[in-house]
Amino acid sequence: MPVSTTPQGQPVWRRRTTRAQWLQYLAWLAGVSLFLLCWKMISDNTMWVFVEDAGRQGADLISRMTPPEWGYANVLWKPMWDTINIATLGTALGIMMAFPVAFLAARNTTPHPLIRSAALVIIVSSRSINSLIWAMLLVTILGPGVLAGIIAIALRSIGFVGKLLYEAIEEIHPTPVEAISATGASRLQVMNYGVLPQVMPAFAGISVYRWDINIRESTVLGLVGAGGIGLQLNASINSLAWDQVSVIFIMIFATVLVSEWISARVRHAII
Amino acid sequence: MLTLSGVGKRYPTGDRALTDIELALPKGQVMALIGPSGAGKSTLIRCVNRLVEPTQGSIRLEDTEITKLSGHKLRHARRSMGMIFQEYALVDRLTVMENVLSGQLGYVGFWRSFLRRYPQEAVVEAFRLLERVGLTHAIDKRADALSGGQRQRVGIARALLQSPKLLLVDEPTASLDPKTSRQIMRLIRELCAERELAAIINIHDVALAQQFADRIVGLRAGEIVFDGLPSELDSDMLTTIYGEEEWDTTPEPMDDETTDDAPVNPPYARVLSSIEAGGAR
Repeated sequence: MPVSTTPQGQPVWRRRTTRAQWLQYLAWLAGVSLFLLCWKMISDNTMWVFVEDAGRQGADLISRMTPPEWGYANVLWKPMWDTINIATLGTALGIMMAFPVAFLAARNTTPHPLIRSAALVIIVSSRSINSLIWAMLLVTILGPGVLAGIIAIALRSIGFVGKLLYEAIEEIHPTPVEAISATGASRLQVMNYGVLPQVMPAFAGISVYRWDINIRESTVLGLVGAGGIGLQLNASINSLAWDQVSVIFIMIFATVLVSEWISARVRHAII
Repeated sequence: MLTLSGVGKRYPTGDRALTDIELALPKGQVMALIGPSGAGKSTLIRCVNRLVEPTQGSIRLEDTEITKLSGHKLRHARRSMGMIFQEYALVDRLTVMENVLSGQLGYVGFWRSFLRRYPQEAVVEAFRLLERVGLTHAIDKRADALSGGQRQRVGIARALLQSPKLLLVDEPTASLDPKTSRQIMRLIRELCAERELAAIINIHDVALAQQFADRIVGLRAGEIVFDGLPSELDSDMLTTIYGEEEWDTTPEPMDDETTDDAPVNPPYARVLSSIEAGGAR
């Protein structure tokens, strides 16, 4: 009992009961033991001979990557442009599909609990598959190229945008919705006047954030043949042209930096 | 005009919010509904426009049985009942004009409202109402840029743009300072008189209720325990409604109304005089 009395009759308060305190110590002990156990298993499975010369190997790799072969950049403008297009068009397509799904999935706007479950299934299945895997599947179906990349990005974005947006819809203030309903507005009008203005900042923020993520994701889609700069990256790594790889890295880095900056600016402007 | 008979509401949790409410409101009457928190005041007015579904009884507005309506007909009936809220319930990110025009949503179709192409008469009326509540300067401001009293005026204009026959007012002054509270109550009172509107006003402030209402109904634990003129409300009655309390100790003066054009009587004077009339305990 946290509250007890000293022999002098003074009331004493502690945060936890003695039992809860001991249980907490035990939980810490168990946690730390588990961590050490895992550490040992990983260490046993590591071939330390390879790790020993990691420093030398790393230095070797860096020496091969420098200086970057800047001339190679001319070949990269087109795939980079493709990558940005995959990300942007894929995000736009994904948002278009996610928007209605989110309204069907939010507890306070869904027309029926069964429809809500269906919408949630769409969101979960889209989220559970990485866009690289979506791309692999789509390259098999549609053949290699930018289109597969765009659709892969779109499919993955539905879940992300849908989930965050439906959570935003569930968190709106109910009173304006009540007030709009009280005017005799129809269901769609209540969505348009009561719900939409309240989720608009969240919606814009989520979309830009997803676009920003998609720029990064689309750089690797080429690894499985879905278009973009990943194709060149794969080719350069396979031919051990490390000075080209470093040019690609720098280019991706610059693009991501710019997209982060843009998305930060846009979010700032909206909120 | 509005008749409630045998209205009851039991929430799915089993709590009885309202029991057997009998109430008739004639045209043009301003009725204040008082009672402790949780007495069912909000539930009662929300039952009238069916934001809350009553579980028994009948509610008639003129010739329409409201409890039986659904879908399109319910929306049609809601148009004639304007509602005003405690926290104003404006859509913060829309402009004042958009908020006022949303009072017309029951009359225009989805696409017209989506594209904000309201009928010209509605827009003219909205301008007139904004002038009436004194907000012509704020038409293009966003609703969240206004002060509490101004927001409540927007809420009032929105309710009136529905051209209602009845106003349902839920704690209009609970978030406002004493002076603004009285200005808002006076405005509601005047507008009801101008347009012959009946009104049910939920209110915590007994003094305000006595000053601005034609009739007072006291609710306790979901039942009507008082129904009469403001002057008939004495300290015994307040005890019946709210429970034991020293009603006749002088309340703190809350409001130095020196600049306003209000009546000279401070709000509590009325309580005191009525308590004297009703015999102090």
